[in-house]
Amino acid sequence: MTVMEQRGAYRPTPPPAWQPRTDPAPLLPDASPYRVLGTEAAAQADPALLRRLYAELVRGRRYNAQATALTKQGRLAVYPSTTGQEACEVAAALVLQEQDWLFPSYRDTLAAVARGLDPVQALTLLRGDWHTGYDPREHRIAPLSTPLATQLPHAVGLAHAARLKGDDVVALAMVGDGGTSEGDFHEALNFAAVWQAPVVFLVQNNGFAISVPLAKQTAAPSLAHKAVGYGMPGRLVDGNDAVAVHEVLGDAVRHAREGGGPTLVEAITYRIEAHTNADDATRYRGDTEVEAWRAHDPIALLEHELTERGLIDEDGIKAARDAAETMAAELRAHMNQDPVLDPMDLFADVYAEPTPQLREQREQLAAELAAEREGTH
Amino acid sequence: MTTVALKPATMAQALTRALRDAMAADPTVHVMGEDVGTLGGVFRVTDGLAKEFGEDRCTDTPLAEAGILGTAVGMAMYGLRPVVEMQFDAFAYPAFEQLISHVSRMRNRTRGAMPLPITIRVPYGGGIGGVEHHSDSSEAYYMATPGLHVVTPATVADAYGLLRASIASDDPVVFLEPKRLYWSKDTWNPEEPTPVDPIGRAVVRRPGRSATLITYGPSLPVCLEAAEAARAEGWDLEVVDLRSLVPFDDETVCASVRRTGRALVVHESGGYGGPGGEIAARVTERCFHHLEAPVLRVAGFDIPYPPPMLERHHLPGVDRILDAVGRLQWEADN
Ligand SMILES: Cc1ncc(C[n+]2csc(CCOP(=O)(O)OP(=O)(O)O)c2C)c(N)n1
Repeated sequence: MTVMEQRGAYRPTPPPAWQPRTDPAPLLPDASPYRVLGTEAAAQADPALLRRLYAELVRGRRYNAQATALTKQGRLAVYPSTTGQEACEVAAALVLQEQDWLFPSYRDTLAAVARGLDPVQALTLLRGDWHTGYDPREHRIAPLSTPLATQLPHAVGLAHAARLKGDDVVALAMVGDGGTSEGDFHEALNFAAVWQAPVVFLVQNNGFAISVPLAKQTAAPSLAHKAVGYGMPGRLVDGNDAVAVHEVLGDAVRHAREGGGPTLVEAITYRIEAHTNADDATRYRGDTEVEAWRAHDPIALLEHELTERGLIDEDGIKAARDAAETMAAELRAHMNQDPVLDPMDLFADVYAEPTPQLREQREQLAAELAAEREGTH
Repeated sequence: MTTVALKPATMAQALTRALRDAMAADPTVHVMGEDVGTLGGVFRVTDGLAKEFGEDRCTDTPLAEAGILGTAVGMAMYGLRPVVEMQFDAFAYPAFEQLISHVSRMRNRTRGAMPLPITIRVPYGGGIGGVEHHSDSSEAYYMATPGLHVVTPATVADAYGLLRASIASDDPVVFLEPKRLYWSKDTWNPEEPTPVDPIGRAVVRRPGRSATLITYGPSLPVCLEAAEAARAEGWDLEVVDLRSLVPFDDETVCASVRRTGRALVVHESGGYGGPGGEIAARVTERCFHHLEAPVLRVAGFDIPYPPPMLERHHLPGVDRILDAVGRLQWEADN
């Protein structure tokens, strides 16, 4: 007898094998971004941490301004500014321990600098003298990644490998809102959750992917919601609240370190400047929006808190600014020197051992350069 | 006879005009990609199209190249003619799976039942001081994939004509835009833009008798400059602009080489496994008895594209071409 013939007797039951794996509720992000500054909780925040974050934010803002100025003077080929996003950049660097790894996108030079990388080395890619200006292993900072989201699976693989080896290492990988649409983002999240890899994904949702606003990028309630489908928690945080970002990322890193697996953190922030110095933001957005975000400035928010609690005074503020000014002056001085480049380096490090063909091409270039020097060309 | 007014125009403007005219002529033509709408593309090639034709026909997509090309496949299956923009050469790589596994072979897989008229615009090549991943010449990958047309304009008029021909083609076309020529100007008749010959014809840009320079896209102006410079040394060089890498115009190329007896292929992408190897082999196979010297190649080095401060040492320039031209003299003991 077929099922259709049994009609009245047939009671549909769920397919036998199917069972929900977990209750998604603990994975879902809160309805609104987590904030500390401007709430009661701020009174509990550690004064030393507040001061440290403040100094880094002020330095970061100055760094952004200096790098932007260097593009105008032709000293940098291009600079994607993180003005307005400093809280995310700084917190990402500060929550990591020395043995941990940072996987930045092309915009995240500031995170690398806040982690301790020499500012000049951090700008090498953008100046154009080499693709990466530092040894990633030495600093535990992966190369700044230009193809979007492609660094995310690397972070998962590294974290997984470290765990296989029994090492206490967490990887923190950064990506923009636009980058979350790439296949690599989805594959990275899935691997991370399946492997329970010690990774934290930080999405800086700064409103735009070049000209494309978030509404054209995703129909999800938030980017943090995407975590749930892969089986990891998603957290929403006010990306301009340095203390909140530090706390949420800190929790996620601890969770990962303790074997709890990955977390996706979405920080809501805003890109105050254009996409890069080469972009014309007036084509796709108006001033009112920018002004509203300027009023929610990460530095002003924290400065207010510090002042309210009597943790900083005029002198303290000045000290932070002076320190930033010193950093900027040093950066300027270094960047104003022309890098000394050897064209023969073109053939270095293509392979461990150059192929015979590359040796030949190397000789060809050497001859050309010699001819150039002798003025025969 | 009417005289046409020739006006200076940039290649980028001609491309925009081609897209606009194609969209106006055929409602199934849809433009899509990252930032192609409000912004008009990072190179402004799609400027104004969203305004004129609406966002459904000029669409800012989510940031996902595999998604862009993959959805274009479905749109083409349903009768549209998608023109997709890959923002930069090296950002097209996420779309390779779709390109190679589906776009290039859908006609063949379906025994002709489902051709895919998709045009994939890819700004390519160096010379603009771009940072890593903004200067690749990926034509060899595309050429190595059967089922794709691969074309690349080097002049303003060709930018218009070839793009119209590509959009009109019933097969997928990888349309490579030499980004350092975007702002190069040419005189052109914007009132009555000439549609180019069908895809697949090379053209002699400069007639000459002593050797043929075979080139395309960004290297054409360099070759023309080298040909001028070579006059001082008694060389009268012919310059052939391929315009189309697939299909390849054996006829025009071989006719030229048979006339001159010597040939040099010039391109930016690496020489090993590069387009020049294929071209040299074809020319040798067809013109062996006419050749006074082996077909030589001047190409970029076989290295990942270097940082901008070193790119001038990598790109084939006039001097490197002239050196190779000298070697075309070919002594028997070489
Ligand atoms: C795979 C890939 N496609 C396209 C680009 C070109 N591109 C560079 S930045 C950018 C927008 C990125 O937006 P988002 O991810 O939100 O990061 P944001 O720039 O806002 O930090 C695009 C499309 C790229 N770098 N990589």
